[in-house]
Parts: sequence; structure tokens; C-alpha cells
Amino acid sequence: MRRFAFTALLALALTVTAAFLLLPVLAIFLEVSPGRLLDQLGSEVALDAARVTLKTNAIALGLIVLFGTPSAYLLATRRFRGRALVVTLLELPLVLPPAVAGIGLLVAFGRQGLLGGTLDAAGVSVGFTQLAVVCAVTFVASPFYVRTAIAAFESVDETMFDAARTLGAGPARTFVRVALPLAGGGLSAGAAMAFARGLGEFGATIMFAGSLQGVTQTVSLAIYQEFDVNLDAALAISALLVLVSGAILLSVKVVSARAPSVWTSPPRFARSG
Amino acid sequence: MAGLARPDAGRIRLGDDVWFDASRGVNRPPEERPVGYVFQDYALFPHLRVRANVAFGGNGRADDLLERFAIAHLARARPRDLSGGERQRVGLARALARDPDVLLLDEPLSALDAHTRSSVRLELREVLRELALPALLVTHDFEDAVVLADRIGVLLDGRLLQLGSAAELVDSPADPFVASLTGGNLLPGHARPVANGLTAVVLEAGGTVLSTEAGSGRVGVVVQPWEVTIARTATSDESALNHLPGVVASLFPVGNRVRVRVGPLTAEVTAASADRLELAPGEPVVASFKATAARLVPLRD
Repeated sequence: MRRFAFTALLALALTVTAAFLLLPVLAIFLEVSPGRLLDQLGSEVALDAARVTLKTNAIALGLIVLFGTPSAYLLATRRFRGRALVVTLLELPLVLPPAVAGIGLLVAFGRQGLLGGTLDAAGVSVGFTQLAVVCAVTFVASPFYVRTAIAAFESVDETMFDAARTLGAGPARTFVRVALPLAGGGLSAGAAMAFARGLGEFGATIMFAGSLQGVTQTVSLAIYQEFDVNLDAALAISALLVLVSGAILLSVKVVSARAPSVWTSPPRFARSG
Repeated sequence: MAGLARPDAGRIRLGDDVWFDASRGVNRPPEERPVGYVFQDYALFPHLRVRANVAFGGNGRADDLLERFAIAHLARARPRDLSGGERQRVGLARALARDPDVLLLDEPLSALDAHTRSSVRLELREVLRELALPALLVTHDFEDAVVLADRIGVLLDGRLLQLGSAAELVDSPADPFVASLTGGNLLPGHARPVANGLTAVVLEAGGTVLSTEAGSGRVGVVVQPWEVTIARTATSDESALNHLPGVVASLFPVGNRVRVRVGPLTAEVTAASADRLELAPGEPVVASFKATAARLVPLRD
């Protein structure tokens, strides 16, 4: 095939792909005037949704980082039997359909669920509360953080840890003073991606938490509700989400570009993902 | 030694202080062993500046050490902006910050380019002398070992082949590996005792060589290059008993000397002599050495 023709075909494929992916995003902004969009953003529905989303996602992200970081460090730095299995289990929510995740959460923590009785006795009801939203978001977003965190810790030259130990730092101090700073870039990128995924969560949330305005109705759920009632409102919230998601993606790129100032050696284990 | 790897068996102690004892289940973690470790690539923390690196082990001696190693002007520099020699000094300073009882150096010169190696090597020798600290140095380069160490141990496949001064290793290698490591010629052959208390070795490469050492069976004859003389013709009117005729295969100048390869032997002569004898590849010559210079090491069959 002639060189020019081949390159032309490649360019054509790219153009079609880019156009297809870009059109829906552009349409959101072009369908309604900016003035009307801003107007709708001030509505009760939009503001409630924003509040619920921010609160639940902040808590979810906090939990993900709090539990995910030490987990990732253990998986990245120790070899043990069944390690591969554990990593696969932690990645499961990535491939699980969100609706399935929602049902799973319901039968695990809901009123009639596995732990339902225990939670009831403790006076805690999870299903269809804000706690449920936090659970749903945490469930679907954590693999995004944990996978990246494992890779981030793995990419740190293990001689750094050896050096710290010979300088008198025990395993805990080594983690805090050497591992965290050196993996910091990767950890931030992972947190950003998890946050972005959490913002967009719909399936698991609607099944486990329902869509109660001001309580469990997140931004995604609000779009779905407003969509056949007030398209403009739905568009306004969507536009906002596009901008926020775009900003997150951009910041991840910027941080990743700075991250390789760490000297690296081949990771101890095969990269998980 | 540092506790970063766990041996299957054995004991590690410094004086009466036992750091590891397989039979009694003692295994002190690295952070509790009083060692200073300089890593092969120095392993400086990239996210900390030089001063913070040196101060990592604590103890408040950072500034003194920076002065001592003449790197105080680099205190606020980042490791990635330093030259190889500077990194080594930071690595050393950092390792000494905790006032260790033993210094461990892992191939301290291999991360340097050829140009800086010899000057840094001499600097390192001075530092080690001044510190008067027991130091264990790992290297693949025999020359480094000769310059830096008081005693040299040769390890092969986990076994200690020989432990001694550089002179002992060169003069009396205990093993063919040690002989080749020190740069000596190694000629395999078969030995048997002959008259006058000498040993004759029939070389696999051809010819027979006499040695004043005792030996039998399969042996390697070890001769140092500077003990081999080159002549145009063989003479029996001299004390050297071993004459191996051959053809000059190659000449390799090293400073004011020339390494001449004749058959299986490498001889080292002065450049002046090489010129005077008009040595060139292809020229027929005789390589000679004394029976007293021929060492014998046992070879595996």
C-alpha cells in the first residue's frame, strides 16, 4: 500500500474517533445558551445535588486513601502466598457492572442483608441513606486508587528503603519518610482518578442509596431525574461535570509529568495492571 | 552484614556483639546494627537536599561531616545535580552520620566513569585511612582492592578461595581463579616430579616447563607477566630454565611498558626494550622465565 494512502487512512480513523467522542461533549454546551445554563445551576435540584455529591465523595475519598495506602504498600513491598489473588480481588469492582455492585451492597449491608441484622442492632441503617452513597462510591472508586498506588510504590527503587533502614529508620519511619514522599506523585494521580470515578458513579448509588433529593441524590442521579422533566437543568449539571472531570484529568497529566524525578529500578513484582 | 538479607546459616558478630546467629534465632534488624552502608549507586534520597540526606540518620553531625568531606557548599543541592564523585562523598558522609562501628562499601567506584575513578579512588583511600574504622569493601576490580584494602578475600560461587594481602595473592595464588584475577598467566598442564627436586609440567599448549614448587597431576602454571623475558634467540647460557619459543601475537602498550602476547603467555617488557628488539606481530621470539617464578596451582580434572 502506498505510504501516503496508509497515513491518510490512519488519519481518517483518528478523525472519526475524535469526532465521535467530542461531539456529545460539545453538544452539551451548544444545545442551550450559557446564560440559561448558569441560571439552572442555581436551582434547588442542582445545588442539593452538588452538596450531596461533594460531601459524600470527600468522605469516600478520605476512606479510600486511609485504607488504600497501607494496603497498597503491603502489596507492593511484600511477597506472600495468594498475593496475586488478593490483587485481583481488589481490582474486581473495575469489571463489575455498577448495578451488580449496587445489588451486592444491598444484600450485604441492607436491612435484609447479610450484615443487616447486626447493623440494625447497632442502630445503624445503611440502605437509602447518605452512608449508602459513601459505600457505593467507595466500592467502585477504590480500585482506581489502589492499583495506581501499588504501581507508585513499586516504582520506588527498593534500595531507597534499604538505605533508610541502614540509617536507623524502622519499617514505619521508612514508610513515612521515604516511601510516601517518593510515591507521592503516583498516589495523587490515583486519588484524582478515584475521585473522578466517584463523581460519575450512578448504577451502584441508585440501587443501594436511591435518589432522594438533598439526601442521596448525587449529581449523576440528578441529571437522570431532571432529564425528562427539565432538560436544561440536566444539561447545566452535565456541563458542570464535564468541566470538573476535564480539570481533574488535566491535573493528573501535569502531576504525572513531574513524577519521574525518582530514580527507578525494575519493580520487584510484575506490575499489577 | 547490614541485615538486609538473611543468611541460611552462620553467625555475624562484631566483637562480642552478636548481630545474627542462625542456630540461636538471633537476627537484629538493619536499623539496630551500627553499620554505615555506602550503596553501589549511593542511593541518595532524591526528594531531599544534600544536607537533609546527610542528616537523615540523625545525631546532629551533619554540618561537621559536610565540612569534613568538603561538600558544605553543596548543602542545598539536590542529588540529581551532583557529579559522581560528589555523590560518593555525600553517600559516605551520610553513612558516617550515625557514628557506625563498621563501614560497608558496595562497589564504591563502579558508578563512576573511567576518568574520575582513579582520583576518587585515591581520595577514598585517604578517607579510609583517616577514619581508622573497620571497613568491608566489595569490588570486582582487583586493582581497586589492591589500592584500597589491607587484606583481600577472593569469593567464587559463595566460597572463600583465599584471604591475604595483595602480595600474597599475587605470589602464591591458591586457586586458578585467584591467579587469573590477579592478572597472572595460567598455563594448564600435567605435572610430575623430576631430578633435583624440581617438577616438570607438560603444557597442554605444548612444551615443558620446570618449577621449583611441588605438584602432581593436573596443574596450572602461574607466571606473572613481569617475570617473563623476551629474546630473539634462546640461550642456555643463563639461569632461567624455561624457554618457550613462539611468535608474537600482539603488542599492547600500557604507559612506559608493553604487554607482549606470545602463544599462551603474556609478557610485560619496557617500551624501550620492545623497540630495541624490533618486536612486531609475526616475529619469532623466545619467552623465558625462571623455574623459581613458576607457581603451581591444582586444577580440577
